[in-house]
Amino acid sequence: MLRIVNLSVEVDGKRILKNVNLYIKKGETFALFGPNGSGKSTLLNAIMGNPAYKIVGGRIIFKKTDITNLPPDERVKLGIGMAFQHPPKISGVKLIDVLRYCARLSGRENMIEEFAKKLKMTEHLSRSVNMGFSGGEVKRSEILQLMLMNPDFILLDEPDSGVDLENIAIVGEAIRELLERDKEEREKSGIIITHQGHILDYVSADYGVILYNGKVACVGDPKDILNQIRKNGYEGCLTKCLKDMI
Amino acid sequence: MSEGHDLEVDREKLKEVGIELDPSKRSGTFLQRDQEVKTFATFFEGLEVMSIRDAMKKYEWVKDYFWKVLNKEQDEFTREADSEDVNGYFIRALPNAKIEIPVEACLYLHRVKKQKVHNIIIAEEGSELNIITGCTSHPSAIGMHIGVSEFFVKKNAKLTFTMIHSWHNNIEVRPRSAAIVEDGATFISNYILMNPVKLVQAYPTAYVHRDAKAIFSSVIVALEGSTVDLGSRAILREKGAAAEIISRTISKGGRIFARGQIIGEAEEVKGHLECKGLILSEKGEITAIPELIAKKPNLELSHEAAIGKIAEEEIFYLMSRGMSRDEAVSAIVRGFMEIEIKGLPEALKRAIDKAIEDIRGAL
Repeated sequence: MLRIVNLSVEVDGKRILKNVNLYIKKGETFALFGPNGSGKSTLLNAIMGNPAYKIVGGRIIFKKTDITNLPPDERVKLGIGMAFQHPPKISGVKLIDVLRYCARLSGRENMIEEFAKKLKMTEHLSRSVNMGFSGGEVKRSEILQLMLMNPDFILLDEPDSGVDLENIAIVGEAIRELLERDKEEREKSGIIITHQGHILDYVSADYGVILYNGKVACVGDPKDILNQIRKNGYEGCLTKCLKDMI
Repeated sequence: MSEGHDLEVDREKLKEVGIELDPSKRSGTFLQRDQEVKTFATFFEGLEVMSIRDAMKKYEWVKDYFWKVLNKEQDEFTREADSEDVNGYFIRALPNAKIEIPVEACLYLHRVKKQKVHNIIIAEEGSELNIITGCTSHPSAIGMHIGVSEFFVKKNAKLTFTMIHSWHNNIEVRPRSAAIVEDGATFISNYILMNPVKLVQAYPTAYVHRDAKAIFSSVIVALEGSTVDLGSRAILREKGAAAEIISRTISKGGRIFARGQIIGEAEEVKGHLECKGLILSEKGEITAIPELIAKKPNLELSHEAAIGKIAEEEIFYLMSRGMSRDEAVSAIVRGFMEIEIKGLPEALKRAIDKAIEDIRGAL
């Protein structure tokens, strides 16, 4: 579904991603690990088409279309959606207005209320989006927007960071549904960035990837990778990964 | 050109500035073209609406209200307004009258070079008065509008005054207004500018007394060729006085000076000033000048000012939800102009929303 070929990305003139290659098939979910600054968010932003992240080499192919130079709204039409780690607060732009746009392409306008209830966001609908939202509310709002967009490919940037246990449960259940993890035949794919791996208690992933220094340093079983990182840190994990590959 | 034809042209223009000329929607009406008062009427008990000349004939005391809050020697424009041929409106809510449905007052500039206006607005003790005033001009008009307004919000009264301006680029506008807000009273002043205009320059002032409150809100858009120099000033004179000044300015090529001043002259007063500006064009310029002056130790004054262009991060966020770039920009601009004005009657809120909607449409 998504093929990333030799992708290099710069932010403010600084090279963050260096020749990244990744291939994600229909139905697959990847967990993306890596220390701070390794390029995880950069990868997601580049896939979504954030103009602040400049693609200086390589290609992004989605559903057989080269999307490397497409604006974000065109990528949305093709079926890509993203939950932001730190979405901007926009004064006067109400959550409900944003949700209506989210539902416009998928035709899910009549489901806004139902989903808002499920994500416990009914009280926030007429508030400016992300203004004064708590950490958990921001995450719930992001997932709610994705549920209304119903994308085929889902980018999740740290959906579990800064979130209490109750909120992780709500967000985790919703993501599992979004990625169709309970189905045998899945249409949906995605990438989840996580540090602690809490979200993986709710959403199983097919592969784990470590980004290190802007490069894909290791691919393997997500649970193994997480355990290695917890035990030996990123360096130790990478050493072991390298050994396994040889 | 016949008189009837003129009025047809007028009516459309008047609607733009909130003037309906429909007794079912307004509690009173006043319409002045150039120096001539065309019509005035009241549909409510406890409310008086008439020309200032008629008011002086009717009440001996009206002349005592002239130049009571404003100094007629303030500048060349106040001096100019202090003339024989001045006209304007007199709007008064009698003691304890609650006039929730708005009074409308319109000043229309057509043929004269200088339209000179002196308005007296009185909300007597315990009364409640809502006014929408629309000022506009004929597309062919070339000249100046000098509008002197003196507001008297007496003990425990509440006056909400909304002014909507829609001029043309040959017009220079010099409003001169001031308000006395007596003990326990509330003065809410809203200003909406719909462009273009050659120049608008004004600095309305409220003198706020014990436990009284003044709230100024303005939404201003300056297109290329327009200069808008506008501020609001609140002087907190006695204990418990409070003021809030909020402005949203957008430059689409025009020059804007967004001023604001709160002066705390007594202890235990409170004031907040917030001016935010958005520049949508390379040619635009916004200068924000917020001023806080404290003359006593125990008081609370604050301000926040910010000017910028639309953040790319916000545009990207909304585009990632399926909006086109244009849709995202207009949603952000709409949001920027959204200011919550508390305690407004429905009809007034609708008129303000419509005016802001029209500005958005024009952007």
